[in-house]
Amino acid sequence: MKVQVRVPTPLRKFTNGADEVNAQGNNVRALVEDLDRNFPGIKERICDETGKIRRFVNVYVNGDDIRFLQNLETALKEGDNISIVPAIAGGV
Amino acid sequence: MRLTPEQIERYSRQIMIPDLGGRGQIRLRQGRVLVVGAGGLGCPAAFYLAAAGIGKLGLVDSDRVELSNLQRQILHSTMDLGREKVESAKEKLNRLNPEVEVLTYAVRLDEKTAAEIVMPYDFIIDGSDNFATKFLVNDIGVALGKPFSHAGIVRLQGQIMTALPGKSACYRCVFKAPPPPGEILNCQQAGILGAIAGTIGSIQATEAIKYFAGMEEDLLVDRLLTYDAKTMKFRTIEVRRDPHCRACGEKARGKLKLASTA
Repeated sequence: MKVQVRVPTPLRKFTNGADEVNAQGNNVRALVEDLDRNFPGIKERICDETGKIRRFVNVYVNGDDIRFLQNLETALKEGDNISIVPAIAGGV
Repeated sequence: MRLTPEQIERYSRQIMIPDLGGRGQIRLRQGRVLVVGAGGLGCPAAFYLAAAGIGKLGLVDSDRVELSNLQRQILHSTMDLGREKVESAKEKLNRLNPEVEVLTYAVRLDEKTAAEIVMPYDFIIDGSDNFATKFLVNDIGVALGKPFSHAGIVRLQGQIMTALPGKSACYRCVFKAPPPPGEILNCQQAGILGAIAGTIGSIQATEAIKYFAGMEEDLLVDRLLTYDAKTMKFRTIEVRRDPHCRACGEKARGKLKLASTA
């Protein structure tokens, strides 16, 4: 199950600067594991120590927040677009 | 309220826009906006609001102008180094448009001061640089029913959304809680290109102008706009109200304690 993942600026240090990467997995949980295999350390920035998505990070599957789907169990299909969007603090 | 011939000339290029018109201009003259942070976002936002003829502008910032601010905080100049940012900003805003009433608050917005400062305004622009203030602006906006524009910027990236309390998703519906300190880099640690602040701050001003001009239907609500200047891509993500939101959810009333409103 190949999907495309949009990577936000703060996580691009794990993806050698790439803003989009290919990854695979039957659901979001497997996708995060796959990302971490290819880009070690990235999972820790997306998930907390209990394995849940961090509270200031959102994951969208084709534009839908996985919190309103089946969270980490949200099923993925070929060609899905995944966006990882963390909160941004700056302003001044 | 009627517009004077001078006002009609000054604002003619925007009065010509059918979505605004003379009626929108009058509403703008009656509008009161609080800008939190007279920095990278707050400067362009306040500048365009003053130019557009907003009635009243409140500026909250406890900092003084530093040399490293001038690369992006366009209301301040080299001559203003060491001055209070709110005073420096007020001077430039009134130089541009003396009709705008500018009120300054040289304090840090916190739970004690927030309600009193926010109360007299109709719309809040969050141009703060830290999660504590961003969540505070959200919670006070929701508690007092004040619409607001949230934005965050870092390096070559920005994100922005508008919230209409009680009607649309709030910032806390989207991002539940601030990250632990140090988890996510701010501009001081990670850097920011001034023009990015200009782009996002201008969008914040646009949202406030649309709100007053009666274009509420077309605001950036229930959507998070992300801007990546490196790839020059704008994307909007649909966001939803969270019924369990600690700020605006069904059971939230009174639960989220704000010292100032308790």
